[in-house]
Order: sequence, then C-alpha cells, then structure tokens
Amino acid sequence: MEITGALVATLSKKAKENRQIIVDVFKGGGHFGGSFSCTDILTVLYNSVMNVDPANPKWEGRDYFILSKGHANGALATVLATRGFYSCEQLETFNCLDSPFGEHPTQKMPGVEIPTGSLGHGLSIGVGIALSLKLDKKDSKVYVLMGDGELHEGQVWEAMQAAPKWGLDNLIAIVDRNRLSMDGPTESVSMPLEPLVDKWSSFNWAVKTVDGHDVRALLEVSSAIPFRTGSPSVIIANTVKGKGVSFMEGDYNWHYGLLNEETRRQALSEIAEAR
Amino acid sequence: MPSDDVMKQATLKGIAGRDAYGLTLAQLGKENENIVVMAADALESTKGIYFAKEFPERTFNFGIAEANMVGAAAGMALRGKVPVVAFYGFLTMRVCEQVRTDICYPRLNVKIAATASGLAMGAGGSTHHGLEDIAIMRSFPNMTIVCPASPIETVKATRAVIADHDGPVYLRLVRGADFGGTEELYDREDIPFEIGKAIILNEGEDVSIVATGQVVGLALQAGRALEREGISARVINMHTVKPIDVEAIKRAAKETTGIVTIEEHSTIGGLGDAVCSVVCEECIPTRVRKIGIRDKFCSVGPTSELWSKYGLSKENIIDVAKSIVQD
Ligand SMILES: Cc1ncc(C[n+]2csc(CCOP(=O)(O)OP(=O)(O)O)c2C)c(N)n1
Repeated sequence: MEITGALVATLSKKAKENRQIIVDVFKGGGHFGGSFSCTDILTVLYNSVMNVDPANPKWEGRDYFILSKGHANGALATVLATRGFYSCEQLETFNCLDSPFGEHPTQKMPGVEIPTGSLGHGLSIGVGIALSLKLDKKDSKVYVLMGDGELHEGQVWEAMQAAPKWGLDNLIAIVDRNRLSMDGPTESVSMPLEPLVDKWSSFNWAVKTVDGHDVRALLEVSSAIPFRTGSPSVIIANTVKGKGVSFMEGDYNWHYGLLNEETRRQALSEIAEAR
Repeated sequence: MPSDDVMKQATLKGIAGRDAYGLTLAQLGKENENIVVMAADALESTKGIYFAKEFPERTFNFGIAEANMVGAAAGMALRGKVPVVAFYGFLTMRVCEQVRTDICYPRLNVKIAATASGLAMGAGGSTHHGLEDIAIMRSFPNMTIVCPASPIETVKATRAVIADHDGPVYLRLVRGADFGGTEELYDREDIPFEIGKAIILNEGEDVSIVATGQVVGLALQAGRALEREGISARVINMHTVKPIDVEAIKRAAKETTGIVTIEEHSTIGGLGDAVCSVVCEECIPTRVRKIGIRDKFCSVGPTSELWSKYGLSKENIIDVAKSIVQD
C-alpha cells in the first residue's frame, strides 16, 4: 500500500467525522476520554490496514480485531458504522434497552468477535486466535487494542509471556498510551508502567512507538508488521485522552462524562475546526 | 468531610448508597487507625476518596489489578490491619480464588465492598452486570454477606461489618441514589441493624416477601399494595444473606402460605436458593417462588428498564404473591 497525501487526508477527514458521530452516540453520556484517544487508531486500522468485509463480517480471510479496552465501544461502534458494517442510524439505539450497542461491545454487534469490557482479557484471547491461525496455516492477523491502565492487569503479562513462546508474529498488540487511567495519571496515581518499551522488549516482543494521532505515522508503522519475523509486535501509541476537545484533553475527569447543550456545541465546533 | 453527622447526611434525599458507605468509612478511619483502604483505579467511584482525603498514608491505589490488591489485603490483615477493598460488583468474579484461599480459608479480617452491584451499570452490558457474586461468596466458608437496602442502612451496615465484626465480609452496595421505592419508614434511624438478623418491615399473615439489597424498596411497595387489596403481606428485609436468619424464614414458612423472594441477582445460588435450602432442610412444607435473573445474560439498557424487563418490579411481586395465596 502506498502512503499518499491523499490517503492521509481521506483518513484524517474520516477520523474527524467519526469523532463528530461519537459526540452524538454519547448524547446520554459516555467514555469520551478513552474513545477519542483511540479514534485515529481505529479509523486507520479499519479503513486501511485490516482486511475486513463489512458485508460479511465473518469472512474466513478477515483479520481479527479485539477491543480489549471495551469501554471505548462508542468509538468502535462508530468506526464500524462508517466503514459500512451497519448504518449510522442504528447507533441511535446506543445504550437503549436491548440495543446491540452499549458502553462495551456485545455479542450482538456485527463485526465484533467477542464481548469485552472487563479489562485485561483481550490479549489472551488474541493469543488463542493467533495460535489457531498458525495451526490452520492461515495468514490473517490479530490486532488487540489495550488501554495503558489496562496493562496493570496481571493477565496481560501472562499473555505477553505466551505470545513469543509460540512465535506469534501474526499477533499485534496496540497500547493506547494516553498516560491516564480512571483515577488519574498512571505514573503518579494508579500504577506506574515505565519503562514500558523496555518491559515489552524484555518479554521478547518487537516494539515500535508512534504518535497515535498522526495518521501517516500510523500507516507507516502498520506497513512494517511484523516488526520482526517470529516475534509478536507491539505498537505503543502515544495519545492524548479526550483528543480533539480542549476541555477533555488530558483530564481524567472526562474518562466518563456527559455533555450539556453548550459543551456539546463547543466540542463539535472544536472537532470541526481541527486540521 | 467527613463530618460526625454522617447519619444525617446519609438521610439527605438523593445521597447514593456508595456515598453513605464512603462517608462512614472515613468516619471509622478516625476511630480505628488500623483501617486501610485499597482500590483498583476506582478510588473515586467506589468512594474510598473521602477516607483518602483524611488518611492518604493509609490509602493504597493498586491500579487496575484487583487480584494483586486482594492478595495484598490478606498480607495486611495478617499483621493486624483492617483492609477495606473496594471494586465494582462484577469484579468479584475476577478475584474469587484469592478471596476464597487467601482471605476466607485463613479467616482474615478483610472487608470487601462491591459497589455498582447487580444491574447498576445497565448500559455497560453483561460484562458490567454483577449478578453472580452472592452465589459465589455464599459458597465460601467463613464469609459473611451483607446487602444494605437504603443509604441509612448502608451507614449502619458499614459500621457493623467493619467496626463490630471480626472476619471476612462481603458488603454488597448499590451505586445509585434511587433506592427503588424505599420510603420514609425505611429511612428511619431507629430500626436496629444486627448482622444475621432479618428486619420484619411489615408483619403479615397471608404471604411473605423476602428481599435483599436495593429491591427491598419494591418489596415494601408491593406489600402495601397487597394490603390494600386485602392480602396481608409480611415484608422481610434479609440484609444478611449469610449467615441467613433461619428463624425468620422458618416462621415465615409456618405462619404464612408461602414465600416470594426477590433479589437483584441470579436466581441460582442467591437469596432465593438460601431461603429454599432452609425450608427444605427444616422440612417445612411451603411454596417458595423466586424473583431474580433467571439463568440469563441480560441486555444492555438503563437500569430501571432492565429491572422491569427481568421482573424486578412491584407489579411482578404482587402477581407472584397472589399466585401463591390463590393457589
Ligand atoms: C478488570 C476491570 N477493572 C476495572 C474496570 C473499570 N474501568 C473501566 S475503564 C478503567 C480505566 C481504564 O484505563 P485505561 O486502560 O488507561 O483506558 P483509557 O485511558 O484508554 O480509557 C477502569 C478502571 C474494568 N472495566 N475492568
């Protein structure tokens, strides 16, 4: 795939549209911080990196995606809608009774492999999918998106041990490194993670860091997968929690929030004006 | 904050169960310097924050690592600390082996506060619904399970399980301020609270309604409505699910035609099953009908709508109670 200026512009525009839709999806409240921090990543993955067929979500040859940080489902549900898995109108039922779309991915959501929301589960599931793809000699890839706070969970480190053991170079972990979890900064309040790159490398993963809001950089790093033959790859994406809306950016109080008429208007206009 | 009149605050209209718990905890921190509070990146939302402001040196944020936190709580308790660990109700499942093996087996003085239990996080979907915790915790020897029904009862229960009880406790809190119809009567301060002793909120002879936690309010409402229709309902607040008040159940079984149980929990292994095992083992012929979530993963949706959908409603209690009386 050639990374042209036109492609970068198209994806940037799409990410902007996705953020605007997310504001609507979260009209009754939602996980703004963690959804906006991974909107660019999800937009790039679904529109230019992963092999998927929106008309046939269970297509045999698809790449797999697990939203291990399930609370960012507002972003995933939106990105899947604008990619054509279902219509944007269907998102109007978000969080309503019996909706397939809630705060976390459900079993009923087209394009979702497995429900998530309890943090720390996704990478293990990814290991299992990747192992079975190797067994069946299929060349699909498995992408798992995790929050940085999510990395506190011990299970993540168990999966990190397992993936290199079997040389799962079809497995790609992406860490949404926005440096905030729910109670505040990971390094000073919840649980320090640094030196994060060294930790992944010492677990025998091939690591690359990237600006998680730079569409071109995201495309470039994705085109280098696997980073090392025979090793699982991890992308540490440096991001800003609440990216795109000034009063949310870097404020852990916007982990979950509710907009009023005025703040909603401000959020939409800031998103629209962003380059 | 915390002020010494936590009780007064807890009776204020609109205070949430978890705030009533958090304020009481901060008060208890003043009285006992061995109390330590642990949270897993949810210190603010599980309301350990009031304690943390007063006693930062006795507050520990473990990050999103619940199992590690529970293990560390066991270690703290081994040295005489009184750890109070809090997390969302669905996470009880994530730490249940540590709770069983490291806390219940050595019978350590660790208190677990589960906030947002049941369907409190309705829109979160099944990953965030906590409907199995009572069943799991009931099966662990040495565990005491308390489910307060109102803010004022939360204040009393929090004090009782932390200050007046030695041993593992599972305190099942509700998140919101809306206690589903718990009316003034129930917010009275003079109703005594004793672990293991059910509260008879209404003496009645025709049918018994046994409830625990937030749905006690519904039971009360249903009882009053039945009363108006000439059916005398005994309403029992079974705030302690383990050890359960055997005598109160035996009396209900003998003195009324049958028992309706209601809980914001699976009907497998919860309050309803606890009541059934009492009547069966005591060989008291009666009829028990359980209201709760029937072996299902629930939908996404607002909590109140989920309650209606799955039969946690005044109307359903009334129907089930009538079906017993009229049988
Ligand atoms: C196992 C588990 N523990 C706690 C929670 C509650 N919770 C939801 S999101 C969150 C913070 C997540 O932080 P992070 O992974 O950094 O996500 P982001 O900042 O990208 O939103 C917490 C503690 C949960 N969903 N699962």
